[in-house]
Parts: sequence; structure tokens; C-alpha cells
Amino acid sequence: MNYNADEKGYYGEFGGAYIPEMLYPNVEELRQNYLKLMYEDSFQKEFNQLLKDYVGRPSPLYFAKRLSEKHGCKIYLKREDLNHTGAHKVNNTIGQILMAQKLGKTRIIAETGAGQHGVATATVCALMGMECIVYMGEIDIARQAPNVARMKMLGAEVRPAKSGSRTLKDATNEAIRDWINNPVDTHYIIGSAIGPHPYPDMVTRFQSVISEEIKWQLKEKEGRENPDYVVACIGGGSNAAGTYYHFLHEPEVGIIAVEAAGKGVNSGESAATSALGKVGIIHGCKTMLMQTIDGQITEPYSISAGLDYPGVGPMHSHLYKSGRAEFYSATDDEAMAAGLELSKLEGIIPAIETGHAFAIFEHKKFKKDDVVVISLSGRGDKDLNTYIDYFKLA
Amino acid sequence: MSNRITLKLKEDKKLLSIYFTAGYPSLNDTVKIIEDLEKNGVDMIEIGLPFSDPLADGPTIQESSTAALKNGMTTEILFEQLRDIRKTVSIPLIIMGYFNPVLQYGVEAFCKKCQEIGIDGLILPDLPLDVYQDDYETIFKKYGLINVFLITPQTSNGRIDQIDSASDGFIYMVSSASVTGSKSGFGQEQENYFERIAKMNLKNPQIVGFGIKDEETFKQATKTAKGAIIGSAFIKHLTAYGTDKTNEFISLIR
Ligand SMILES: Cc1ncc(COP(=O)(O)O)c(C=O)c1O
Repeated sequence: MNYNADEKGYYGEFGGAYIPEMLYPNVEELRQNYLKLMYEDSFQKEFNQLLKDYVGRPSPLYFAKRLSEKHGCKIYLKREDLNHTGAHKVNNTIGQILMAQKLGKTRIIAETGAGQHGVATATVCALMGMECIVYMGEIDIARQAPNVARMKMLGAEVRPAKSGSRTLKDATNEAIRDWINNPVDTHYIIGSAIGPHPYPDMVTRFQSVISEEIKWQLKEKEGRENPDYVVACIGGGSNAAGTYYHFLHEPEVGIIAVEAAGKGVNSGESAATSALGKVGIIHGCKTMLMQTIDGQITEPYSISAGLDYPGVGPMHSHLYKSGRAEFYSATDDEAMAAGLELSKLEGIIPAIETGHAFAIFEHKKFKKDDVVVISLSGRGDKDLNTYIDYFKLA
Repeated sequence: MSNRITLKLKEDKKLLSIYFTAGYPSLNDTVKIIEDLEKNGVDMIEIGLPFSDPLADGPTIQESSTAALKNGMTTEILFEQLRDIRKTVSIPLIIMGYFNPVLQYGVEAFCKKCQEIGIDGLILPDLPLDVYQDDYETIFKKYGLINVFLITPQTSNGRIDQIDSASDGFIYMVSSASVTGSKSGFGQEQENYFERIAKMNLKNPQIVGFGIKDEETFKQATKTAKGAIIGSAFIKHLTAYGTDKTNEFISLIR
């Protein structure tokens, strides 16, 4: 089976470009050019140089000894948290800002949930001297205050999304509306492996550096390129897509996705899309989607703003439906506990999104010799306020 | 029987079409609004099936959609409200909405229901041309529904030709690069665009939408186009004056 996008952007039955005609010229321009541009030698050279000198790649693959002892398997951490700006998001924004420049765009818009993608976008806009507008749900602005401040310092304008659930979904709606209103000079840097084709494929390719590095790093450490499992948390699915990419067609590598169960999958306050969703259309693509029987998109919930999204990228819907990946979900409490455990055992405070991936040990027992690579997608600095409130640290 | 849209387009006049969101201001206003619009000489109506995430709409239609959903509007209820509409109303009726609610209802079931009621066409902005042609065109045709496509000032001539040949009613000409309800008045850019399209001699007539709000914009839009669609301005009128003053709104247009 093929797990990559076909020419029209379909992963099995999922994907495509369900966009209003107003977006057609922009999306079509991107579709026709993205592969050609991103594999030009000059593009690759600049991209790789920036990833190395500016982002600090390769990010380490770290053997987590104490965590491994605790959970009875060999755990490696892919340290995306050590990237400049503190998460995997910057891999994609570096790629897309170069793409925007090649396309002659002068104005950048983005949506953000946790603020990590907003910060990563504001950062590359500062780097390239481009105008930057970030849409962010009102609720997320309140719960991710440090990242709002960072974006402002970096020169971006943060515009609150005040409709609907006032979180990531609505910020994305507002960004799309902005793009409709500004079709000529603006590039929309989508922050996850979602949206109309070619976005899921493009974002996945920019993030695929994660699994590319895992391969040679693991070879150095374990004498083999393929782990037994790769594990990642899924919001829209960009860190997961990048972590899985070079293993998708390696059947001996188990692929594990962890979604946000919020207060429990059946609590009515959850973001566990694979468990609660049905096939539908959101933000221009056909994918698994949390919705009412009537096709109205429902409001998800998670303690982590970055996973608080009612859909998943189309690649992940396909991995789920085809059975290629195992899907689990972790509650708020499980994710917070896993984050605390990682802090205490390894001296690494993860983002709350990332904490969900580490809650996998609550749900799955690994064998002693299993090599398990976990995507440590981001650091916890932005979440300190939530950690303080939750663990009564103050 | 010929489709009512086709017949209406043959009339020797400029057409006024009105959009409203079903279930707004109150859940059960749908039939009254439609009947009043026809009584006041409106030529065609777009009945908005509300959606939680209307990407192509500005704040006015978004807010009316949110309110309609809060009022309890559903696809099933809308169909129920419209069940006997053809006993009192004879102008063309179009359902306008986003694709996901149609997909969830089942595209064929939705189209069948539309035919039973006497709906003449659908406007689903996020159902793209190629997907329509590959997967749904035969179903739409089977139930006698005209599918209406949009074009914008950014749509290339090649694409417009494609859309023209895929259409068999009218082309919905979005007046400017914008979501609904956001521009005030038309400038030189619109004039040029209207003229460019007029010169293309398309087989389908064009009806202009987005940004029409009064007599002046209606006249400008219909100088070359066959008609114009008013949405946000009518919703604002409903918000301000309720459902009893439709005549006043229409008399300000023509
Ligand atoms: C640290 C971190 N991990 C994961 C995510 C979830 O996004 P994605 O599923 O695209 O990786 C986010 C989103 O903000 C994030 O900040």
C-alpha cells in the first residue's frame, strides 16, 4: 500500500482540495510549483543550511536510560524540543518561508494553537524581513501568554479569532478568510499536515527531516536504521508525519499515534479524532473529523492548545483506516503525569502536547528489547503556567 | 418540465436574487421570508443551509449561521419546513451551503430530497469543479439540479472557460477578492472585471454576488451581468428590523 499522497493529494480516500474557488488560484499555484521548487538544488542548499546553522539541526537522538529502565524497553528521544523556538514547527516554517519567497509573496499569514507555530512563523518572518500576521483563538491567547509575547517581540501582529470555540479551528478559519481577501501578495503558512492539497504533503516533506535523521542516528547507536516503534502525539499531525515519513513503507517499524482524550474519550470534552470522528471535510481536506450527525464541526477539548483540533491530517486518517498505525489517546491527567515523569527522570520538561506521546506507556506494554523512538516535539516553557496551576507548584 | 432557473434566466430583465440563512432570525422564519421575498418581486432565492465553519463568509453571515444553528436548524428541519413550499412559491429556489453537511446527509439522498421539494439548484462553494465532475455530476443531473460554480477576479480565463462548459445555469460571479459582506462599493477594478467577463461571451449568464447592498451597487453589477445576489445586506436588515419589513428592503434596491 502507498502511504504517501498521490498526484491529487489523496491518501487512500482522504485528502484532496475542497476549497472555494476564491482560493483556487493560490492553491493551484502552490500545487504546480511546490515539488519543483523544493527539490531545486539552490532551495535544498538554503533549506539545509538554515536547518543546520539557524535551527541547530540535526537534533539529538538521545537514549533515555532512566525512562527505559522504568518502562522496560529501549527508549530514544528525538529532541525536537532543542530546535530554535522550542519545537518541531520551525522545520516547516523555514521551508515554507523559502517557498513563499520563491513564489514572490511579501506578506505571511498563519494560524496557531499553542503558539509554537505562530512563534516559528514570526521567527522566520523576522529572519527574512517579511510582514507577519498570526491568527490565534481568544482562549489560546489567554492560555499561552508567553508565546503571544514572543510573537509580538518578533514583530508579528497577533489577531484574535473570536468566532466558534475560539481555538485552533477558528484561528484556521480566520487565516483562510484572510487569504481569500488577500489572494495576490500573501502566502499562508499552515502549521500542520492539514489543509487542502498540497499542504499536507508539503508540510510532511519539510518535517520528514526528523525521520531522515533518526535513521542514521539510530544506525550509529543501535547498528540498525529501523526502530521497532516510532511514537508521536497528533494534533493536526505534523510532528507525527515527519517522525513516521521514512518508516511508512518499512513494515517492521510499528507506527504509534497518541491523540488527546481531554477529560476522557467519552466525556464530551475530548479531541480524540480517530475514536470520535467520521469522514468529513474540514479546512479544505477530506479527513476524519469530529462532527455532529448533521455535519456541523464540533468543538474539541484538550488541556493542550496544540492538540485541540477536531480533525487530523489526511495521512493519519489513512494510517488509521488502513491499520498501518496504532492509535491511542491520552487524557489530560495522563499527559500531565507523563510530562512530570519525564521531567523527574530525564531532566526534560516537555510541552503538554508532547506529554501525550509519553503517556503511551499507560496504554501499551513494550518488550524488553524493543527500540522505541518517541518524538519529543517541543519543550514545556510555554506551558509553565498550566503546569503551575495543575501541580500547584506556586 | 424545464428547470425554473433556466426559465427565469430567459426572461428579459435583470434578476434580483436574495440570500438568507435558514433558521435566522428565528428557527421557523424560513417560509415567511421566502414568501415575502417572492411577493416583493424578488426573482430568485438562495436558502442558506447554516454551517459551523463558513470559510468563505464574513462576520454577518457567520453570525447568522451560528445563531441559526443555536436556534436548532438542521438539514432535516430545513427540508421539513420546505416540504410544501411549492404550493405557495414559484420562483427558483437554490440551496447554498458548504459541502460537509451535504456529504453527511448523503449526496444522493440530499439531491433526491431537493427534487421532491422543488429545489432547482445548489451552490456549494467548497465542492470543487473536478470533484463534482468525477463524483457527483450524474447524481445532480438525475435529480434535475443545477450546480452553480463561482468565479472571482483572480480566476484565469482558461479556468472560466472550463467552468462555463461545466455549467448549465448561471455562473456566480464573485465581485471582488473577498469573503461575503466585506467590501463597500465597487471601484475601477470591479468595472474592469465586469467588462472583461462580458467580453468573453460565455454560454452561461452571470449573476454577481458579494458586496451588493443597495440600488447603486445593484445597478453597477447588472450593467453587464444578468443579475445580482444580495446576502449580507439583507441579513443585516433582518437583524435590525425583523421579518416584517422585507418590502422596505426590496424597495431600496429597485
Ligand atoms: C510541541 C508541540 N507538539 C505537537 C503539536 C501538535 O501539532 P502537530 O500534530 O502538527 O505536530 C504542537 C502544536 O502546537 C506543539 O506545539
